Amino acid sequence: MSEKILMKGNEAIAEAAIIAGCRHYFGYPITPQTEIAAYMAKKMPKIGGCFLQAESEIAAINMVYGVASAGKRVMTSSSSPGVSLKGEGLSYLAGSDLPSLIVNVQRGGPGLGGIQPSQSDYFQSTRGGGHGDYHMIVLAPASVQEMAQLTVKGFELADTYRMTSMILADGTMGQMMEPVSLDFDVKPAPEKPWATTGTQMAREHNIVNSLSLVPEELEQFNFARYDRYKIIEENETMYEEYMVEDADIVLAAFGIAARVSKNAVDEARKMGIKAGLIRPITLWPFPKAPFKAAADHCKAFISVELSMGQMIEDVRLASECKRSVYLCNRAGGMIPDPKQVLDSIIKVNGGNE
Amino acid sequence: MNYKRLTILCGHYGSGKTNIAVNMAFELAEQRKNVAVADLDIVNPYFRSKDSDKEFEEKGIRLICSDFASSNVDLPSMPADLYSITDDKELTVVLDIGGDDRGALALGRLSELIKSENDYEMLMVINKFRPLTPDADSTIEVMREIEGACGIPFTGIINNSNLAEETTAEDVLSSMKYADEVSQKSGLPVALTTVKESLYDDLKDQISPLMGMVLQKKPI
Repeated sequence: MSEKILMKGNEAIAEAAIIAGCRHYFGYPITPQTEIAAYMAKKMPKIGGCFLQAESEIAAINMVYGVASAGKRVMTSSSSPGVSLKGEGLSYLAGSDLPSLIVNVQRGGPGLGGIQPSQSDYFQSTRGGGHGDYHMIVLAPASVQEMAQLTVKGFELADTYRMTSMILADGTMGQMMEPVSLDFDVKPAPEKPWATTGTQMAREHNIVNSLSLVPEELEQFNFARYDRYKIIEENETMYEEYMVEDADIVLAAFGIAARVSKNAVDEARKMGIKAGLIRPITLWPFPKAPFKAAADHCKAFISVELSMGQMIEDVRLASECKRSVYLCNRAGGMIPDPKQVLDSIIKVNGGNE
Repeated sequence: MNYKRLTILCGHYGSGKTNIAVNMAFELAEQRKNVAVADLDIVNPYFRSKDSDKEFEEKGIRLICSDFASSNVDLPSMPADLYSITDDKELTVVLDIGGDDRGALALGRLSELIKSENDYEMLMVINKFRPLTPDADSTIEVMREIEGACGIPFTGIINNSNLAEETTAEDVLSSMKYADEVSQKSGLPVALTTVKESLYDDLKDQISPLMGMVLQKKPI
């Protein structure tokens, strides 16, 4: 049964990107995502691709802008402080409707923070990251297999909707090793008639630009973009439900926090407490429907996060504040353990109604 | 295994060097005094021999490693007592070297001393289930890069082919052909095959020498 190989999360992202047809990678090293760059450095020259260590994160994101304009699949990766540096470029990519893949293997912040895992870039990722009205598709893997799968998916979605997909992982996901199957069906990139590939004197110039000095026009661009976002919200939302059907206490968690929460749900069930878990896989678009549905039968929600509580706001909005939403969290590079989550379930279960 | 004074573990990163180093040190500590583990990883700030420091202390194993190891200070640095490895001939040392050729550079500092004393094994840890070393040729390419970086030729191979928790006895058996091919093409013996403890009984009659290992990290 050994079609599988043993990979680090960061390697899985890099290899999956190559499988998805990405031949251009630009980055600047930062722990805990450096293995992505290291893998690309080894592999890209062997397959005729381009690995380039840029002079900074800002340079790297603008190289991404260039390749995306030319219609090719392209990516960069970094960790929290480095992604902040890319913020301007992310906004320009959005303003120019360019498809690209950005990876954030989060570490503890704010500021330079530390090198241990975190989920405290949730706001930054789901609300855009740079200035202006825009979204990115934000994908949150919870296993090394998903690191690979969602990377392929991220490229496909980016091309379909002409926007940036972000893989929002954390240091644990990047560093952990698990068996992976890389047997994917990859949808080929669609035609990109807007790309700046040279006119061959046979067509009008294509212009890729985010500058728009006529406000009436700029407004229309924004409206059109948000019409597209609506379609994405309808069609591309992904989540996993675990024992939610009859649950009194519903946990919300993504990435590493979801793995810890699943263990806690199992323990709670053994004690006779009906616990369940909703794991958002797309953080934007946020899976509102399962929370709204769960609010009809559960007693309360608990948002389990490696942050001071960011996703909790989306859980409250999605459940329309019908039930109390509690926070179970660690921050700054610490991970909640199953016992902390279980204690939180017991407390909320006993203290509610 | 018959241990020399120095057992040097090198290999592609993620090949399993640290698990093997820790388990070898445990085994050695049952047989002799003055056992040390030298954590010379200058590449990876996570998952290193230093993480087992409590067990080392319990078993009387000395840990030679940088003050910055596992401190979250992401600083490539060498231990202050680095030269104990070569100067203190009473010590039996397992050296856990960081991944790839970049990690092996750190070992180069000691290579002349190690070679002139000539009481060492330099072992390449291999795993056919890792993405960049799936066959003999790619594995030997990594071997040559490491030798070039540290200046010490390999003396043997450790076959640590595994899929972490999912590894089956068949996976290990199927990797023996790969290990033999690496052995043939490099002219080096397969000095040891390593498996997680739960597979040891299934495989001990089929593979020799075989070492069962307590894995350092538990899955989440």
